[in-house]
Amino acid sequence: MSNNGNASHYLITSKPHMRAKITTSRIMLDVIIALIPAILVAVINFGPQGTAVIAVSVISCVFFEWSYQKIMKKPITIGDYSAVITGILIAFGVPATVPLWTMVVAAFFAIVIVKQLFGGIGQNFVNPALAARAFLLAAYPALVTIYDFGLAPDAVVTATPLVEFATAELHTPVLGAVWNVLWGFGSTRGAIGEVATILIILGGIYLLIRKVINWRIPVFFIGTTAVMLLVFGRHGLFTGQPHYEIFLGALMLAAFFMATDYATSPMTAMGQVVFGIGCGAITAIIRLWGGFPEGVTYAILLMNLLVPLIDKLTKPRVYGAA
Amino acid sequence: MRAFKFKQRLHLEKHKGHTEDMRIKPILPIEGDILTYPLLQHIGSPARPLVEKGERVLLGEKIAEASGRISANIHSGVSGTVVDIRPTLEPHGHYTESIIIEADGKMEEHPSVKGLEDTYNLTREQFLDIIKEAGLVGLGGAGFPTHIKLAPADPDLIDCILVNGAECEPYHTHDHRVMLEKPGNIRESMELLLRLFPYARGILAIETNKMESVMLYKKLFAGNDRIEVIGLPPTYPQGSEKQLIESCINQQVPMGGLPSDIGVIVLNVSTVAAIDAIIRRGRPITRRIMTLSGDAFVNPGNYEAVLGMSYKTLVERAGGFKSRPFKIMSGGAMMGWALFNLDIPIIKTDSVILAFTEEVANIQKEHPCIRCAKCVEFCPMGLLPYELNIQALYDDFEGFKKLNGMTCIECGSCSYICPSKRHLAQSIIMARGRVRRGS
Repeated sequence: MSNNGNASHYLITSKPHMRAKITTSRIMLDVIIALIPAILVAVINFGPQGTAVIAVSVISCVFFEWSYQKIMKKPITIGDYSAVITGILIAFGVPATVPLWTMVVAAFFAIVIVKQLFGGIGQNFVNPALAARAFLLAAYPALVTIYDFGLAPDAVVTATPLVEFATAELHTPVLGAVWNVLWGFGSTRGAIGEVATILIILGGIYLLIRKVINWRIPVFFIGTTAVMLLVFGRHGLFTGQPHYEIFLGALMLAAFFMATDYATSPMTAMGQVVFGIGCGAITAIIRLWGGFPEGVTYAILLMNLLVPLIDKLTKPRVYGAA
Repeated sequence: MRAFKFKQRLHLEKHKGHTEDMRIKPILPIEGDILTYPLLQHIGSPARPLVEKGERVLLGEKIAEASGRISANIHSGVSGTVVDIRPTLEPHGHYTESIIIEADGKMEEHPSVKGLEDTYNLTREQFLDIIKEAGLVGLGGAGFPTHIKLAPADPDLIDCILVNGAECEPYHTHDHRVMLEKPGNIRESMELLLRLFPYARGILAIETNKMESVMLYKKLFAGNDRIEVIGLPPTYPQGSEKQLIESCINQQVPMGGLPSDIGVIVLNVSTVAAIDAIIRRGRPITRRIMTLSGDAFVNPGNYEAVLGMSYKTLVERAGGFKSRPFKIMSGGAMMGWALFNLDIPIIKTDSVILAFTEEVANIQKEHPCIRCAKCVEFCPMGLLPYELNIQALYDDFEGFKKLNGMTCIECGSCSYICPSKRHLAQSIIMARGRVRRGS
């Protein structure tokens, strides 16, 4: 009856007839904007070699997403920029000394195996960048843990400051050390994305202001790590120095940019609190008693696996429910 | 008392500036106009026609009578002749049996239109009879017969009459204009209601983007210690009954229950204004204040239309369209219906006609869910819209019910906020309909 020759037809859609301006690609663009300061520091500190690692990782991720979708005859979604973020985060987790081909392998693992085979954006059950990092650690441990970067004149031939901290005899870092870690200028010690902690934090604050992420996961993640490190210090109860340790390694990057990954974190408010606490606890346990100096990768990957269960057990209270 | 806020509030662009200062202009039918009265303009069973084809009717004459417990009378808004009784299309897309009247342009009033002199000694029963006779239904959009709403199981347990002047829908300004232009009606009605419910206090809740109304009523009720005017920070969907109760008295209506279960009756401010017109002037419900807004109108504004007039007549006499609209909606940008033509009558529950050009009527492609959880954060009922969406798409109605899909108020907040532009509300509303019909 609706089409009985009446010429005056207007567009018919279901309510609501207005939508918020926010789009998926704008959200992803905000994440990239938040990462740009840290990228700039990486480019300055690590020079052409660091720049190449980031570039190869990003280009490989976008390329694999595009070609997988092309081959599988699926809609091309590289326009949502999510593959760019995965590329940046993979590069941020490795030292600038890695051979470039490892970035191509990591990108393939992250985008094709972890993301696309499980259904693409929103469907992956673990964070692709972290899965790729874990893959590299398992497959090429020697290549991705050499933090000797010879270009800077004052480069120290050691592992990351975190490795140093975990093994050193002296446990009272001077204020200057904290300062250096925060800004990271001139520092080449550590993975590409781990040298400018303050800029990572600023990026995280930008995401909070833009409401791309909410405060629950980062606050409970970092908070739990700090409390556990303080209580179970490296040299007995209450000997920890969380005010120094939380700025080391990839904790800030992980808490603001990786644990908050939409696809692999809980959707309920209470679930996000549980998830943050879980990530923080496992990170601290690995740092204190585990075989690796850094624990965020495995902490988040383990918690990723629990997300469906957490979501199920933390449903919000329905209006009017008894 | 401070205003509480329900947690999951959306801040929308309100788009009220185009019409909020436009005075209500009456647009009356002229000789030869065809008026169509669908027999179902309310929640409940359709009214039963009292007139026959060829019969002459007068302005205010009852032409159809309530049938069944929940139903409402319908009155003619003009004098004229019944030319037909047949199914016609109404704004929500249904075909409904309708009485069709050709106006004679004389607007000759029926003798039953007679006001009451003494409203002070009115009993509750008399009052309910009068508003039932006048065919009053909730004018906020739901259309629930008011004489039933105002007859709860035990009237003495009602401790709050909450008058809803929130008008949280974008573009709507008709309630605001009614509040500004009919303060006498609203005051008389509220005082009458409080006489009939002696244990209740009155609250008039208005969002503060209508500061003029807030100030007016704060002054008007300054000496009345039973009536409180609350200015609420504008949020969406605050004008929804359940959310308004949460905002004003910080209580929730139990699941599956009614506001009267917690001693509250919520009435829209236009319904309240109509009560006084019915009691003191004897006027049945034959008119409706409509906001016409959107970038396709020549003269956006607030108009008093006679029920039964076609949308087309109203739009043309209000100045028409600048250019052919791309999309037309009845009832609002968040909760309204898209229309495929304007040959439909204005009914009691209508309130707004929106007409957008292609530029404003943005249609975006649906993308995959990225699990950003914004729909969960903003669902005012505490539901999980992304999960309900999956269950709706896969016809899992058992799971849909288990996740309380049937408590959805269809406010559309989930679809609005979704960055992937998913049609969450659409799928949920469809599933609700199918669950109700048992398919």
